[in-house]
Amino acid sequence: MRRLLYFLPLVICLGIALFFYRGLDLNPRDLPSALINKPAPEFSLPALPGRDIQRADDGLARTDLTTGKPVVVNVWASWCIPCVAEHPLVDRLAKREGVTVHGINYRDRPDAAAAWLKRLGDPYAKVGKDESGRVSIDWGVYGVPETYVIDGNGVILYRHAGALSPEILERKILPLVKGGG
Amino acid sequence: MRLISALLLALSLFASPAAAVLPDEILDDPALESRARELSLELRCLVCQNQSIDDSNAELARDLRLLVRERLIAGDTNEEAMAYIRARYGDFVLLRPPVQRSTYLLWFGPIGIVIAGVAIVMVTSRRRRKNAAAATPTSPLSSTERTRLDAALAREDDNGDRG
Repeated sequence: MRRLLYFLPLVICLGIALFFYRGLDLNPRDLPSALINKPAPEFSLPALPGRDIQRADDGLARTDLTTGKPVVVNVWASWCIPCVAEHPLVDRLAKREGVTVHGINYRDRPDAAAAWLKRLGDPYAKVGKDESGRVSIDWGVYGVPETYVIDGNGVILYRHAGALSPEILERKILPLVKGGG
Repeated sequence: MRLISALLLALSLFASPAAAVLPDEILDDPALESRARELSLELRCLVCQNQSIDDSNAELARDLRLLVRERLIAGDTNEEAMAYIRARYGDFVLLRPPVQRSTYLLWFGPIGIVIAGVAIVMVTSRRRRKNAAAATPTSPLSSTERTRLDAALAREDDNGDRG
């Protein structure tokens, strides 16, 4: 019994080592969102001009999130490199999976943003331009890209900060948009 | 030359850490501005994560500094302005974590470890003292014991000399 007690420091040390080792794999950018399961903020953004398909009511507002169908909101900018990386997945989500994806163009020049969409393809239903970044702050955005899943009633179900990956798309986003439909 | 470098070195002692606040952000009302600075020091820049927005040059930090000032001008108290930011970015935006159930370990853990350490030291030292007390002989050596001990020690010394 006494002898076992001498191993206690070793056991504690191993426990701490394990704790820190696990921490190595955690993503420091994975911040908890304050808005999960809360209604999306009230907002209204003017349309991004210069897109290929321009509709009259192209601005993005909160009413676009309460159509009864789940939608995805993707925050992006033409100056953002991970946005280029995730773009094929946003494209797939909109075109192949048939999900409505709206864009918020974060702190960008409208001409650069429109040219970016011409070059890489335009999967977005509506794109609101947030030149000041003010609406994005209301969403709790701290970097681009960020992706939100909204249910048909305007409640935020899920948020992903950083570029999308096929795993995130298939395991997190698709079940939410398809299951909640 | 040496004088100049010595002077520069002496001057650098008076340098204070530079904040990232730009002149165009500063409010005209010094009271509001100092409140804004106070709040900025408490808010985490979410891009750099270990800097306050007062220190950070990130654009988001600038946006948040301007937002804090806007809220203060709109008549918010310090608490209301903090709550406004916290509602959007969660507890993580606060550099000083709030005392709540999920942070009890963080706040009280170190005190707990100190108390546990003191308790362990007290228990072991008391036990050691008790053991020491138990080991002391109750009666002094008798005269026969004393002569035998002296003889043994003397023999020991002889061996030591030879070796």
